[in-house]
Amino acid sequence: MMQIIAFYLFAAVLIASGALTILARNPVHSVLWLILAFFNAAGLMLLLGAEFIAMLLVIVYVGAVAVLFLFVVMMLDVDFAALRSGFVRYLPFGALLAVVLAAEMLFAVGSWQAGGVQLAGRIAPVHSAASNIQQIGELLYTRYIFLFEAAGIILLVAMIGAIVLTNRPRSGVRRQNVAAQNARRPKDATRLVNQPVGQGVEL
Amino acid sequence: MIGLAHYLTVSTILFVLGVLGIFINRKNIIIILMAIELILLSVNINLVAFSAFLGDLAGQVFAMFVLTVAAGEAAIGLAILVIYFRGRGTIAVDDANQMKG
Repeated sequence: MMQIIAFYLFAAVLIASGALTILARNPVHSVLWLILAFFNAAGLMLLLGAEFIAMLLVIVYVGAVAVLFLFVVMMLDVDFAALRSGFVRYLPFGALLAVVLAAEMLFAVGSWQAGGVQLAGRIAPVHSAASNIQQIGELLYTRYIFLFEAAGIILLVAMIGAIVLTNRPRSGVRRQNVAAQNARRPKDATRLVNQPVGQGVEL
Repeated sequence: MIGLAHYLTVSTILFVLGVLGIFINRKNIIIILMAIELILLSVNINLVAFSAFLGDLAGQVFAMFVLTVAAGEAAIGLAILVIYFRGRGTIAVDDANQMKG
């Protein structure tokens, strides 16, 4: 009973906050609704028993992606009212397309029959001896190790790409010149003076 | 009892909301990127639901890879958005025609 209530709660809040994400007037509100949607999706995944993915959703999506969105929305000084000018014009067509797509997909889900699923053909059957995160770790570092490293390379490329795209040479900024610093020798910078008594230092 | 079809329905509605968001916010690329995140989230719910109901962990591993790609895509998309804004002073993408594509 508790599980059913929790499912409907998470599902309802997830769908409502997803709808408000795309409908909110203020993009900052959109990002906040998106964060709520991520939290509720994490709740759904907890109900499914996928604890690791749920925590990953909170950490990666809420902690990184949504905050990145928030930074960009607040950093760019954009007139968001002007960007909504086509909203009403696109709404009927978009709604029609959405209704058709939803009807098709729900029809497909409703009429879907897997037949006899060969449970023996599962790649990595869940065993109850270990926790979810331990089983995923065992799978990730053995069978999917190359995919895992490819995912790391994707993240590296994305990071380098983002830095290269947004980096720009700034003028009028004094920067550290490491080569010039290392090339500097004591004889270029200092001199020894045998100072006579009673005279000022000649600089 | 909550079955697989319930989760698939939720994920379907979320997917359709993402597609609708792309359509009705055609000028605001920030909302478009958020709608893409919604779509990827619905795909993740699908993967995890099938994984849980089949008792096969491979789906959860693949949900993790989808998460990776989503994070990278958001980072690159927002970087492109920032340099687009720097060059033009606006983020209205419906008049992005400099590449004559």
